[in-house]
Amino acid sequence: MNILEVRDLCKSFGGLRAVDNVSFSVKQNHIKAIIGPNGAGKTTLFNLISGSLKTDSGSILYKKETIQNSPPYKIARKGLSRTFQNIKLFGNMTVLENVMVGRHIRSRAGFLNAIMPLPRARHEEKVTKEKAEAIISMLGIGNLSHLEASGLPFGKQRIVEFARSLAMEPEILLLDEPAAGLNIQETEDIAKTISKIRDQGITILIIEHDMSLIMDISDTVMVLSYGVKIAEGDPKTIQRDKEVIKVYLGDDDA
Amino acid sequence: MTVKKFKPILILTAAMIVIQLIVSLIGTEFYLTQLTMALYYSLIIISLCIFIGYAGQISLGHAAFFAIGGYTTAVLTTTNFKEYIGSGLIKLIHGIGLTSTTIDPYGKEILHLSPWLALFTAIVITIIIALIIGIPVLKLKGHYMAMATLGFGLIIYRILLGSKIFGQADGISNVPAFTMPFGLKICGDSSLRLENYYIAGFIVLLGIIILYNLIHSRAGRALRAIHGSEEAAGASGINTAKYKLFIFVLSAVFACISGVFLTHFFGGIGPAEAGVMKSVRYVALVAVGGMANIWGTLGMSLILNFLSLRGVFGSYDDAFFGSILILFILVFPDGILKVENFTRMKEFFKDLFKKKSEKVNKA
Ligand SMILES: Nc1ncnc2c1ncn2[C@@H]1O[C@H](COP(=O)(O)OP(=O)(O)OP(=O)(O)O)[C@@H](O)[C@H]1O
Ligand SMILES: [Mg+2]
Repeated sequence: MNILEVRDLCKSFGGLRAVDNVSFSVKQNHIKAIIGPNGAGKTTLFNLISGSLKTDSGSILYKKETIQNSPPYKIARKGLSRTFQNIKLFGNMTVLENVMVGRHIRSRAGFLNAIMPLPRARHEEKVTKEKAEAIISMLGIGNLSHLEASGLPFGKQRIVEFARSLAMEPEILLLDEPAAGLNIQETEDIAKTISKIRDQGITILIIEHDMSLIMDISDTVMVLSYGVKIAEGDPKTIQRDKEVIKVYLGDDDA
Repeated sequence: MTVKKFKPILILTAAMIVIQLIVSLIGTEFYLTQLTMALYYSLIIISLCIFIGYAGQISLGHAAFFAIGGYTTAVLTTTNFKEYIGSGLIKLIHGIGLTSTTIDPYGKEILHLSPWLALFTAIVITIIIALIIGIPVLKLKGHYMAMATLGFGLIIYRILLGSKIFGQADGISNVPAFTMPFGLKICGDSSLRLENYYIAGFIVLLGIIILYNLIHSRAGRALRAIHGSEEAAGASGINTAKYKLFIFVLSAVFACISGVFLTHFFGGIGPAEAGVMKSVRYVALVAVGGMANIWGTLGMSLILNFLSLRGVFGSYDDAFFGSILILFILVFPDGILKVENFTRMKEFFKDLFKKKSEKVNKA
């Protein structure tokens, strides 16, 4: 079953066609990678799917339901979570608090409980905290949990963002260059974690420049160049694709 | 509910009692009048602290909500409805006992709405206006939001200044006491100073408990997340527009209540209360208080408002508050009494002592 289907999606910035008639689908419980040179429109594609940007035309279906141009919070509540290429953590909040925000859609206490917490809300807070702590220690950053998130080294911040996304218990996770800025050990760890959460039933759409990571974990790879989808297939085929090689090596010698 | 969580509230209560005892012992009980006013003003400031410091929004128009509260109660409790007693609505209100009668200074008997009904009406009006203003304005960011709220404040100020019903430049005086259960009264009578100080203290305590709970709730976390990154908050499933509107309306209601009680305590209200300089002062107090530090904001608001009301800053009063705002925006954009700074300081001293004791141990 396809959990996500994108059809004829277009987005321009002024005269620039950042996403140009792109169609693809993502199978449930698969890992699909999106690769392509800088400025190919990968992040823009994520912004369109997650509702951060409005589409020009085309459609996005999440479990057969149109979601294009819905506000981001509504898309998130349906079970779609994302991370950001240029990490967006909540400053002035600890790692634990950041991840607890990820539990927002899995908890309910409203404005009345904010002013006058009833026993149920207090219990809910406790559960929220425990779940967040569990995810933090699963990702191996338990010792950082009470530090201010935005003060951490870059690599750790990525992991915190990843934890926040996981805390939402998403059905599909959009990762925008999760290994950028990570050292070799951290990259290996994140690759393991990604495979592990896929085994738990989460579908993953990942943008990544680290080719060995992509080849290791993904089921299918899609290649974008100048907003256009130029190839799609399993990792091995893509690696040998002439068009893809040309895009990556530059076509001056053609 | 743990004892630890309520420690700050116990400390605050104790501080209020100690201040009262000191003031009474050294024979300066008249200070209680300014302290009471400072307490009422701090209601608006602690709620702005959540709006600005925690949720990361800005308003240069909150004095308008204070004035809406104050003027609503002033009009409703000074207008004589005696001639309208036959008309439906007044008859109904009178019938269910929501009117009061007071004798004005000229000996005339006035039938007006009860302050409780006036308070309720003021809150309803405030909520409606805050929704009308908030929905479009909260879509704006940073200085655009500052300008829009500033414009709103100016409009309210001009309306108050230009309307006969609001007493134009003179404002409204002879506002009667706000009668409470147990024969308590909110009014400026010097014989009721002590009682009024504690009523104000009690109201502020209630206010701070509400806001304290808010900060430590799921909603409070969502507000801080919006401050950190609105985009990431939205991607985390937070309806950012709804939360911003909630805190805007809540802080407007706090401002309104602050205006209602202060107007009864003071016995009147003038257009200066809606002035831009008042709004600037409130924001300045949030800034010196440490932005996202409700206790620092409360403390600073009490101290500086008290000094200001005592006339310590003389004719430089507005200039003083304007200057601290500029200073803080330039030098300490995140406030100086930041909670993190205290934590850092604590860690620093802990480390220092650890190292010292290690040295001692070695020796
Ligand atoms: N909000 C925006 N306004 C204007 N132009 C934009 C905007 N966002 C992206 N672009 C442009 O759209 C094109 C695609 O950008 P995008 O960030 O999607 O690329 P990418 O594939 O993610 O690249 P990278 O690998 O560098 O992250 C770029 O030329 C970029 O400058
Ligand atoms: Mg990108």
